[in-house]
Amino acid sequence: MPIANHHSSVPVIVDEDKCIADKGCTVCIDVCPLDVLWINEDTGKAHMKYDECWYCMPCEADCPTDAVTVNIPYLLR
Amino acid sequence: MKINDIPVIDTDVLVIGGGTAGPMAAVTAKEQDPSLNVMLLEKANVKRSGAISMGMDGLNNAVVPGHATPEQYVKEITIANDGIVHQPALMAYATRSFPMIEKLDSWGVHFQKDETGDYDMKKVHHLGTYVLPMPEGHNVKKILYRRLRRNRVQIENRYTATRLLKDPDGKIAGMIGVNTRTAEPIIIRAKAVIMATGAAGRLGLPTSGYLFGTYENPANNGDGHAMAYHAGADLANLECFQVNPLLKDYNGPACAYVTGPLGGFTANAFGERFIECDYWSGQMMLEFFKELESGTGPVFLKLDHLAEETIQEIETVLHTNERPTRGRFHEGRDVNYRQRMVEMHISEVGFCSGHSASGVWTDETGATTVPGLYCAGDMASVAHNYMLGAFVYGQICGESAVEFVKSRSEPKLDEAFITNELERIQAPMKRADGIPPEQMEYKVRRLVNDYLQPPKVTKKMEIGLERILAVREDVPLLCARDPHELLRAMEVQSIIDCAEMAARASLYRTESRWGLYHYRVDYPDQDDSEWFYHSRLFKDENGRMASGKRPIADYLVSLGEEKDAYRKMRVQKAANA
Repeated sequence: MPIANHHSSVPVIVDEDKCIADKGCTVCIDVCPLDVLWINEDTGKAHMKYDECWYCMPCEADCPTDAVTVNIPYLLR
Repeated sequence: MKINDIPVIDTDVLVIGGGTAGPMAAVTAKEQDPSLNVMLLEKANVKRSGAISMGMDGLNNAVVPGHATPEQYVKEITIANDGIVHQPALMAYATRSFPMIEKLDSWGVHFQKDETGDYDMKKVHHLGTYVLPMPEGHNVKKILYRRLRRNRVQIENRYTATRLLKDPDGKIAGMIGVNTRTAEPIIIRAKAVIMATGAAGRLGLPTSGYLFGTYENPANNGDGHAMAYHAGADLANLECFQVNPLLKDYNGPACAYVTGPLGGFTANAFGERFIECDYWSGQMMLEFFKELESGTGPVFLKLDHLAEETIQEIETVLHTNERPTRGRFHEGRDVNYRQRMVEMHISEVGFCSGHSASGVWTDETGATTVPGLYCAGDMASVAHNYMLGAFVYGQICGESAVEFVKSRSEPKLDEAFITNELERIQAPMKRADGIPPEQMEYKVRRLVNDYLQPPKVTKKMEIGLERILAVREDVPLLCARDPHELLRAMEVQSIIDCAEMAARASLYRTESRWGLYHYRVDYPDQDDSEWFYHSRLFKDENGRMASGKRPIADYLVSLGEEKDAYRKMRVQKAANA
């Protein structure tokens, strides 16, 4: 069975100017209980790779540079 | 030792799940015997995992001297649970409840105290006083993490367990699992295993349709229930579903335990109180459901009559602890507690003993029916256990496991079983196309909503079971593009197991009990002559899912004249606030 990709707007936003993942920080990636934040290979910054968010906030609360914002997923808003 | 070129890791005590009960179990085992190897395996990262990743705003079942006795507590929970409880297990919790509060206090967890320095207890339950607020409860996980490091517990993050291992004489022997980022398998041989994998929270589908917008942390998807079942352990009372009163579309509780003592309450569309008591019980949920479906519905959280400073206090607690995005949710819809009531709804269904009574059967020592396997927290069958119960049973399991390990020689591993399990783990990534885990999960959870959600109807549940079994036939088509999708592919197989268990357990008990949790329309009455039993669900000798009855242990505390208190939940005449 062939598989299609479908787009979705994700709730977690990372400000790439503030994010220091390219300098080795992985705090938000480490604390996510659902493991949905990964390094973007093109930019070296953190980003939300999978739309599987519990909007629980450790990524935002623990980010040392205040780069992460957790929004309410669109379906719930 | 190696099996299929995978090195076998040895430990004395293995704890699966690093949320609430798991860290307490691991720390307790090391406190009991620092010479033991104790390993804590966590699917996410123990720093922020489990039901309390962002902390907790209060203890919902604190038995504090001067406010309540263990006997009063055991009686209240027995009544709230329509008599189907294992009182020795409730009593073991109740007598250790206060010492655990003192232990947590000494570790730096802050509980609310009054002006004289006593714990500031609040009454939310129908009969007694058991709620202790924790306005600064956001740091619980940090405190637990520090204890794990100090006691030298070996932590393995980002591994999910997939099956438990047993040795030829039926005792627990360890587990097999997989790394969620690399897809590398892991085999652990252990002399005792404590499972603390939380609720089965990804069983029903939230009304928003967002797969991960569940009441429970979605990492708690019922892996432990499925693994215990496959290892031959008994599960109990699974038909006693968890259904909670939440904000509409948001997975936060309303939250009676925080707002109730400050004057907030659950109201109908006319702002009238319709339930006597906001404590989460099946009977309360049934009245909630009836109001929701009635001409005076839907149901609301009413705070707009409260003073400004009270509302500010409520906002501070509700918008910083446990579910801190709640304020943003309200902001997005322009909802302000001062101006209007907030719409509420019921949650999706799940298995969670923290709020109801279902789970892997555990006695007062934390033991399951598999020797050497212990369970604690939301997955274990001790009723209404909440966070403090998870801590207490984590402690009990830690002690029991250390005792079990003393006389245990090195377990023998079943290599053929391990080889088969490695194939099951590796299959989804070997397939180039097929069915992605997300689609299969959506389908099975949608079926749970359509056919198993109460009010339960026999014919509907039979159709639901048939359809769930049809989804199971599709499991060989599951495909995963990367290790993360493999994690979801393993999880959906546990979700299918739990959905089948939910259907079969619900069909087995031919009565109604626990209010909405097992409200069976074609068997509307509670039938104590036939069903004053725990229901059992287990894998029989032919490998089939079977049901049975377990007698209720003799009560330690008799119920007396208050035995029907939870049957009288509806306000007789609406009283305006």
